[in-house]
Amino acid sequence: MTHQRDRTLFTSGLARVEGEGAMYVRVSGGLVDEVQLNIYEPPRFFEAFLRGRSYTEPPDITARVCGICPIAYQTSACQAIEDACGARVAGGIADLRRLLYCGEWIGSHALHIYMLHAPDFLGYPGAVEMAADHRAVVERGLALRRAGNAIMELLGGRAIHPVNVRVGGFYRAPSAAELAPLARQLRDALPLALETVRWAAGFDFPDFTCPHELLALTEPGRYPIERGTLVSSGGLAFTAAEFEQHIAEEHVPHSTALHARLTGTGRSGDGRYLTGPLARYTLNSGSLPPQAAQAAAEAGLGTSCRNPFRSIVVRAVEVVCAIEEALRLIEEYRPPAAPAVPVIPRAGTGHGVSEAPRGVLYHRYELDDDGIIRSARIVPPTSQNQRAIEDDLRRFVAARLDFDDARLTSACEQAIRNYDPCISCATHFLDLRIDRR
Amino acid sequence: VTGPPEPGGKAVVIGVGNEFRRDDGAGPAVVARLRGRVPDGVELHLSDGEPTRLIEAWHGASLAVVVDAVRAEPAVPGRLHRLVLHRAGPGAARPASSHGLGLDDAIGLALALDRMPGALILHVVEAADLSQGTGLSPAVAAVIDAAATAVLRDLRGPAPGP
Repeated sequence: MTHQRDRTLFTSGLARVEGEGAMYVRVSGGLVDEVQLNIYEPPRFFEAFLRGRSYTEPPDITARVCGICPIAYQTSACQAIEDACGARVAGGIADLRRLLYCGEWIGSHALHIYMLHAPDFLGYPGAVEMAADHRAVVERGLALRRAGNAIMELLGGRAIHPVNVRVGGFYRAPSAAELAPLARQLRDALPLALETVRWAAGFDFPDFTCPHELLALTEPGRYPIERGTLVSSGGLAFTAAEFEQHIAEEHVPHSTALHARLTGTGRSGDGRYLTGPLARYTLNSGSLPPQAAQAAAEAGLGTSCRNPFRSIVVRAVEVVCAIEEALRLIEEYRPPAAPAVPVIPRAGTGHGVSEAPRGVLYHRYELDDDGIIRSARIVPPTSQNQRAIEDDLRRFVAARLDFDDARLTSACEQAIRNYDPCISCATHFLDLRIDRR
Repeated sequence: VTGPPEPGGKAVVIGVGNEFRRDDGAGPAVVARLRGRVPDGVELHLSDGEPTRLIEAWHGASLAVVVDAVRAEPAVPGRLHRLVLHRAGPGAARPASSHGLGLDDAIGLALALDRMPGALILHVVEAADLSQGTGLSPAVAAVIDAAATAVLRDLRGPAPGP
């Protein structure tokens, strides 16, 4: 099957990707002439579902969009509604919000690194097969995930669809004594996270560079997690309120998900851009806390990383970062006077952004005088990355047309998994199709 | 050996699913029906079916009962199935879960890591509608009580079996 100038491949069931969708690649005349990532995306359903609901409901409802990153949805939703209502969350409540988000980063990244991505580098079809030969390694991943889940259970009320988050803060704030066992668990997890960086840095990485413009949040003096302003590698800088002036979404025939593009500028000229770990790291590596910065340096990451295969190392560094940040926040924690600030509804529009594990997650809500939601917009990271993923696939396949169909399909799957795409966030039916003509 | 929890061992019931995908909410609906009705000490969990979370939920349990929705072809919406997986039975039950990375991977991973519960019983209901939205289809809603009763039977024993 190799060296065909016209090929059509079809594979059903792209494994180890969170979500629902399909991948289609067509090769004609020895050239890759079509690459489509087909996505069936639930945020659009939730946008409609939110209309007519109370301004207090989005944190609970949007947490159901994604089982892997509910905190990201809750945080962006809260910040957008607080923005619409003119409420400001600061101090201990803001610290708890960042601490909770650290839990999600640790848990989500540990899952992707150990269960979804590492089997590609170690030559296993999946985590189950890898566990049989590398039990201690998988146990290390589970211990890290447990540490992340522990934060989410304590602050969120439970790890699945947390129930303690509300607009303005939390229903209940923990005491400092309640956080002490969490600190012990995180201190135990830190060496495991550092070992994860060293382990992942030793993998063999294909030589591949993504040239896209990078977009991430940034915050003065610290690595962006739960809030920030937007910056790009092309020199753009804008706030959440300006998001829709810079990011346009458009329908494409092959997907129910909208494709996002940067308007006006863009390194590629067509608005293609990438958000997520590579963008966060490249635009914020100078803000990493000390142990994460040292681990990144020892892993040879440098100040920027544009090889999507090395995103597993960046995620590992971000796990160290999240644990360090969580420990700092716990150490400095003083329980707030009240677990939430009052949020009084008023007519208006609010915007919220945060760094979900997979990248920038934007929410916008329009409220009426009574706090009823008139419109909602959710732009998840995977839809922003779709064009960049397709472009990377196009170049990746073009350089590997001598592979047979099975090997090429496998390589494409790995290339997609580099981005940890959360394609549907709800259930998981995915097909991969490659046509060679 | 399956059946009621061994003396000293805990029992857990795990409802897997997403109530925003209609019949995928069958597992959580069964768990909701069981609240206040299970024997003392039985833990009730909700799960998205992600394997590492399932393994954590049944860690140390002598009996784990998992309730989930499945896609079947041909489907008889609302039809219930009960499957028993013994500790040493890899591959004995790999149901076609509605979650691609889910129960079968959790079982495989648990077997590889020696983290299986003493006994694992699966109750699955064939789904009619897994589209986005809330509310169970009539055929699935009609069997939630029966599924909850079947789970209670497993928790109280003593009638294990295939």
